[in-house]
Amino acid sequence: MMEAMEEANPVPELRPTCGELFMSFLAIGMQGFGGVLPWARRMLVEQRGWLTEAEFIEVLSLAQFLPGPNIVNVSIIVGRRFNGVAGATSASIGLMFMPFLIVLALAALYARYAGISAVRGATDGVSAAATGLIIAMAVKMSYPLRHSPWMIAIGVATFLVIALARVPLLWVLAAMAPISVGIAWFKR
Amino acid sequence: MFPPVLIDIAQHFAVLSFLAIGGVNALIPEIHLRAVEIEHWVNDAQFAQAFAISQAAPGPNMLIVSVLGWQIAGFFGGLVATVAICAPSSVLTYFVAHVWDRFRTAPLRRAIQHGLAPVTVGLILASGYILARTADHTVAAYAITIATVVLVLTTRLHPLLYLAAGGALGALGYIGQ
Repeated sequence: MMEAMEEANPVPELRPTCGELFMSFLAIGMQGFGGVLPWARRMLVEQRGWLTEAEFIEVLSLAQFLPGPNIVNVSIIVGRRFNGVAGATSASIGLMFMPFLIVLALAALYARYAGISAVRGATDGVSAAATGLIIAMAVKMSYPLRHSPWMIAIGVATFLVIALARVPLLWVLAAMAPISVGIAWFKR
Repeated sequence: MFPPVLIDIAQHFAVLSFLAIGGVNALIPEIHLRAVEIEHWVNDAQFAQAFAISQAAPGPNMLIVSVLGWQIAGFFGGLVATVAICAPSSVLTYFVAHVWDRFRTAPLRRAIQHGLAPVTVGLILASGYILARTADHTVAAYAITIATVVLVLTTRLHPLLYLAAGGALGALGYIGQ
């Protein structure tokens, strides 16, 4: 009876092949100017329907909390979910393939034309603006933390030891991460 | 059989892969420390160029690593650096994703997320500071950085506009040396 019902009413399952994973992440990689994550959400949730909104948030929070480039982690988790090791490999190589070639082509072009002062000037200008984008991102990310004195203290302390004291990141993480997670645990 | 510099690149970036909590933007001070201050693979100017080129290309912002690898040891340097920064963390992610369902709602998971948030914000702010110190050499460059920060926080313009405007101002010679 149960089996008959399941057969009569199959769960519609979207299960992309390795080729589809590769092509979709190839497109995500090529679209992502100034941050890939918004494009990844658009593709995976809106265009392909492989993940629901809630599933995407869950995948993203896992990707962010693990080390490594966030979007690469997203490709690994999504690829694995549908096709295991082959899926994770297809999705992550698809993601990195074109951006890698494009950025090296840009670097080679730059090396060739760096003698032209307009090219050097343009690079300096892009770099100055991109630096501003990163500082603004940090400020925006700090908004949700501003009502919590201990979070402000941890953020400021991390900034000071990395930016001014130039302590290697390994030591900073080994000290700050357990302290901060410990405080979060007792404040929960 | 394998050029020693490629092995050095692989080792440094594989370690960086495990340290990249909060994405590669949070990792920029450490990449600068290793590539410029410890190994002397590239100088400040090259580091700033790698950053600018990676920001001007589509794709993940970790591409600064690909350009640095390329600057150090050509195409294979870029390939080794890119694979080295992705592979170790990807293997870890694969296995953690496997057991993730078991601690889906665990309070420890929420404590870890809350606890890492301020550390990540501090790291990214430090990245902005190091980049400004490394890349901005003139008052005009600092002005572009500060104007971008203010405009991003007060308007909803597309991020590409800032990169295009900065590039245009620089190409017209407004930044100077």
